[in-house]
Amino acid sequence: MATSVDIKDLSLSYGAVTVLNKLNLEVGRGEFIVLLGPSGCGKSTLLNCIAGLLDISDGQIFISGKNVTWDEPKDRGIGMVFQSYALYPQMSVEKNLSFGLRVAGVKKEEIEARVKHASEILQIQPLLKRRPVELSGGQRQRVAIGRALVRDVDVFLFDEPLSNLDAKLRSDLRVEIKRLHQRLKNTMIYVTHDQIEAMTLADRIAIMRNGIIQQFDTPHAIYNKPVNLFVAGFIGSPSMNFLNGQVDSDGTFETGGTKISLNGYGWEDGAVRTGKAVLGIRPEHVTVGEAAGALPFSTEVDIELVEPMGADTIAWTKLGGQPVTFRAAAEVELHSGQKVTIGFDPARGSLFDAESGERI
Amino acid sequence: MSSLAMQAGIEPSGPRPKQVTAARVGIYAFLLIAALFFLVPLIVMIMTSMKSMNEIRGGNIFALPTQPTFDYWVKAWSSACTGVACTGLAPGFFNSVKITVLSVPISIVIAMINGYALSFWRFRGAEFMFAILVFGAFVPFQVLVYPIIFGLSRVGLFGTLPGIVIVHTIFGMPILTLLFRNFFASLPVELFKAARVDGAGFWRIFFSVMLPMSVPIAIVAVILQVTGIWNDFIFGLVFAGRENMPMTVQLNNIVRTSTGTVEYSTNMAATVLTGAVPLIVYFVSGKWFVRGIAAGAVKG
Repeated sequence: MATSVDIKDLSLSYGAVTVLNKLNLEVGRGEFIVLLGPSGCGKSTLLNCIAGLLDISDGQIFISGKNVTWDEPKDRGIGMVFQSYALYPQMSVEKNLSFGLRVAGVKKEEIEARVKHASEILQIQPLLKRRPVELSGGQRQRVAIGRALVRDVDVFLFDEPLSNLDAKLRSDLRVEIKRLHQRLKNTMIYVTHDQIEAMTLADRIAIMRNGIIQQFDTPHAIYNKPVNLFVAGFIGSPSMNFLNGQVDSDGTFETGGTKISLNGYGWEDGAVRTGKAVLGIRPEHVTVGEAAGALPFSTEVDIELVEPMGADTIAWTKLGGQPVTFRAAAEVELHSGQKVTIGFDPARGSLFDAESGERI
Repeated sequence: MSSLAMQAGIEPSGPRPKQVTAARVGIYAFLLIAALFFLVPLIVMIMTSMKSMNEIRGGNIFALPTQPTFDYWVKAWSSACTGVACTGLAPGFFNSVKITVLSVPISIVIAMINGYALSFWRFRGAEFMFAILVFGAFVPFQVLVYPIIFGLSRVGLFGTLPGIVIVHTIFGMPILTLLFRNFFASLPVELFKAARVDGAGFWRIFFSVMLPMSVPIAIVAVILQVTGIWNDFIFGLVFAGRENMPMTVQLNNIVRTSTGTVEYSTNMAATVLTGAVPLIVYFVSGKWFVRGIAAGAVKG
């Protein structure tokens, strides 16, 4: 795959505070990349650096094979969509869409054609004469996307574009953005702190923390094989259960007196690594009831708390003295104080070094 | 059930009945007294300006004029004596108009660009520049009078219309820049970023995006500057020169000219005339002025 955006050893610091430190990221042409992380992790900063809206301290940025490190935002072949929409309030939708083209001195007929094309794609033709204040949140965000669309750019940058919308609109527009990507096949870099958006939209997710990319991989790999405790705990809701314990030389994990056989676990080194470790099990990988008995590990526990979510039920219990949540089908009758059998396959879990937090 | 409902013996339902409490009466009484306190002097001035000198000497100042006349207003406007010249306030009025009409737009345009640059184009030392500018608002201007006289006379602008306009522009700068900077700082920075991604530069963003949005705050600035410059006395007296004396200076000259008896009617009429312009500005645009105060601009 040809490279679309290539970031080499990018650093950014304000005085003594280093926000990004020697960051590398290579994005393929037409890829949908999501930068995901808690607030303050540097994901928006990284996006602003790519856009050229922040001066970097060190490193290089290439877009479509061209070194744009010192280029103005408009010369980078990027379009950007902001969280607050950032529509020009005094201009009609049409003028908002065409502003960039008018600044660039594009011919009138060309501008009209491009605005028409973009408004058809986004289905905003009836809104063209309106002002931004007369639009709903979802419509405003469409116009903001349209503004990037008319400029006919290689790379789309999204800075938390759906954060200001209510839950329903957010999921609607999420699907629309995915559809738009399938249709346009542009490279898209999308910043969010919402893991659902990341999982559903991304070809690859870059999980960031403290200005460092923790893991850059497909949503599947990030969900199933998180490289460290941070990634494991950040992705998934309710989050992964962590059991502190230790791995014995016979390949069992011991936690609070409970022994769990690690048969079939895919060790990073290809062999058992003994010592203090953390076993991570996703709530949805825990089975409850009769079927649990057939799994490599099963035990009887007391349910402490039940949260019915409609589609399924989250139950809280303790295993080896440590809190564990699991997800059960909505049909399963659960109530607090009940004794149930739960089980899971440790091979589907993740083991982390207790010291470094790295996957082992 | 609340005590109110128990007294009336009814079930509470719908809007709570309005009650006149002692606190409410007190508030209205206070507001009324405060309003009268500020209104009475104006009323007395207007009444006095319509009375003849005999009536003033004989009667009390709160009495209505027995034979209202506008003769003193005409005199104040066109023939009252300021020192040796007996031209009335009219020349001063037109001088003030000239000074205001030139100083207001120039100072506002510069302050607007300052505020815009300071909030969006974060150049090195921007914060320092802004700190110095705001500090300027706290320097007593009497301290600066002599250095400015010296400077202006060096370039031949002392005692000229451009001279007084420059002085007003400079002295309006701290407060106006603060006003505009705070306004622009309240706009989402993403708007500026979006315009940059769209390829607009410093001036294009200013004229196409920021200027159309700053109409409300510009109106506030106009009100501040019109009232401030119109009411100015000391700068006009020192820097305007004999030819360009503003109305306030001329008013002072009329009131202080003491040949023979002090003609209170004319003095009152002249004072009301001089104060009329800011008064009208307040009346027409009170809402905007309050907004300006709320925006953090308090000008004494």
